[in-house]
Amino acid sequence: MTETASVAALWWAVIVSGVYHGVNPGMGWPLSVSAALMSGRARQLPIALAMLAFGHLLAMMAILLPFSMLTILVEKQRALQLAASVIVIAMGLYLLWNRKHPKFLARVHPAKLGLWSFLAAMAHGAGLMLVPIYLGICGTTGVDAGHAAAQNLMTGRILSAVGVAVVHTLAMSISGAIIATVIYYWLGLKFLSKTWFNLDVVWALSLVLVGLIGLYSAH
Amino acid sequence: MIARPDPTFHATAELAMQAPVENYGFTVMLSPDGSQSDGIAVVDLNPDSSTYGQIVHQVIVPTKGDEFHHFGWNACSSSLSPLSGHAFLERRYLIVPGIRSSRIYIIDVKDPLKAKIHKTLEPEEIFAKTGYSRPHTIHCGPEGIYVSTLGGGGEDGTDGPPGIFIMDCESFEIIGRYEMDRGAQDKHYDFWWNLPQDYMVSSEWGLPPQYENGVVAEDLLSNKYGHSIHFWDLRKRKNIQTLDLGENHQMALEIRPAHDPKKSYGFCGVVIDTTNLQGAIFTWWRDDDGKWQAKKTITIDPRPTDPEDLPELLKGFSAVPPLVTDIDLSLDDRFLYVACWGLGEMHQYDVSDPMNPVLAGKVELGGIASKTKHPNGKDFVFGPQMVEISRDGERVYWTNSLYSTWDDQFYPDDEGGQMVMARAGKDGGLELDKDFFVEFPKGYRSHQIRLEGGDCSTDSFCYPNV
Repeated sequence: MTETASVAALWWAVIVSGVYHGVNPGMGWPLSVSAALMSGRARQLPIALAMLAFGHLLAMMAILLPFSMLTILVEKQRALQLAASVIVIAMGLYLLWNRKHPKFLARVHPAKLGLWSFLAAMAHGAGLMLVPIYLGICGTTGVDAGHAAAQNLMTGRILSAVGVAVVHTLAMSISGAIIATVIYYWLGLKFLSKTWFNLDVVWALSLVLVGLIGLYSAH
Repeated sequence: MIARPDPTFHATAELAMQAPVENYGFTVMLSPDGSQSDGIAVVDLNPDSSTYGQIVHQVIVPTKGDEFHHFGWNACSSSLSPLSGHAFLERRYLIVPGIRSSRIYIIDVKDPLKAKIHKTLEPEEIFAKTGYSRPHTIHCGPEGIYVSTLGGGGEDGTDGPPGIFIMDCESFEIIGRYEMDRGAQDKHYDFWWNLPQDYMVSSEWGLPPQYENGVVAEDLLSNKYGHSIHFWDLRKRKNIQTLDLGENHQMALEIRPAHDPKKSYGFCGVVIDTTNLQGAIFTWWRDDDGKWQAKKTITIDPRPTDPEDLPELLKGFSAVPPLVTDIDLSLDDRFLYVACWGLGEMHQYDVSDPMNPVLAGKVELGGIASKTKHPNGKDFVFGPQMVEISRDGERVYWTNSLYSTWDDQFYPDDEGGQMVMARAGKDGGLELDKDFFVEFPKGYRSHQIRLEGGDCSTDSFCYPNV
């Protein structure tokens, strides 16, 4: 695969993971439907979606930015990629093992959607899922970056972390918004329970898969 | 692993009303003197079945003297809460507390005809982990099963106030007490909530010495039973307002919030007004300033009666008090059913305007002095008591016993357990079904009813009607 093609593939992975998070009711689109219905105002729907997006974006940044620092500080990029992949796999395995009904998210006040979204993304390791992809993107720019000044390198890495988080969150919000809008205006709440599938295992396995791909590409 | 939400979970009350109707009912079997073990009766409610209206299975527990009273599900429509983000529980287990023993049985009713005990929580565990005793009302909440208790610690349950504790909805482990700040709350009975609006309402009966050996007349006449309702910030676990209904309004019992979570009002039944023996319903609501208010919107008068026809307890009053002991609200928030256990009447009020209820239907059955017979010609023991409405609002079931020692005071000559059903008209009207009459096995009384797939006093909905 050429470098351009693999960069494109990695960015597609960022988008696809966003769509995947967005359609999952566990990431919050039902909250936007509920907010709009409870207030009796349709404009609450985009407001709630924006709050959810904000929380999700923060969660992505909270995970990706420390890794972007590490890519600069750590000399052996391969070791970093391996370590990150192992962490992602470990999170996936933990979620596979711990399949109890989650309690703590239900303790958040229903109006604090940004906080809820941040915590939901953290609890599910949504940010971690992006780490191997992000490191892959950094890796493809690694050759040129080696010649660049440290300052430029740092800016570049942070910018690409922000870029990954923003693109991912946009993809997530748009896909979640489409489902929320269709349910709110046309299909009705009956489809909420009809279309709600248990993705626990699939989600955990996706983390493991992304981690394994990270391991493989770092090898 | 459960791949889809349980088909009996509904996003809105409206959707629950359109769901398939109930095929089975679960009803408490209570041995009033503790000579037999209590149990849960499975009643066939499918009119096309050859065993319609019969007890088709019994789960009898191994212990005695538990005194089953109220019970509830491990999971309900609240599982569709957008907050938990995880709708994958099964409505499968009944949580059945014994209010005399403080023991809790978890009964697996996945196959109603083979219902069986799944787990037992011993009283010692409840005392040790919560400091409460005498568990009562069950609701499935956002972080687990909430259980209200009627007693605090110690032998007679007066060491500290009673309250609510939380159980895990899968393992049934006791997690711990609910309250962070109980404010003025020192007695307990019922509770319910509005999940999206994040409030809870709780009520008061009395402390164990005030009810376990019968109603204490001196306490009642000196207004020492509960007469306040408490409003809580559900997630902060804090009592935000205590509303005194007036000390003459003795025993504020059942709390019935509107099922549509967009509404911020509900009802509370008061057993007896000690100034005039009336029964009453209060409507409570949140005003524009966010303060909770309550107003008496229904009163039911006592009926003057010759003392000859009255039990000892009532002879001095020469009247039968209505004794409003249970109320239930249909899923469309339109009809409120009010059991007048003393009079022997079941009232149906149209509460479309919750501030101005209108009597829409009435059934007379049993009663302290009237002793009205069932249309099938049989005597009805005691009076209409625990009432449960089918999800579609068309069938109203009820049983007859209030509480072992109280039954004996108000109806000293009666004995038995019965369950009947009345049909409700689309726009009101209530008529007993002549052919539905369940008689409980000898020595058993009956109490709360739960309907397969949920009913009008179990499910909490997280989305408003559209």
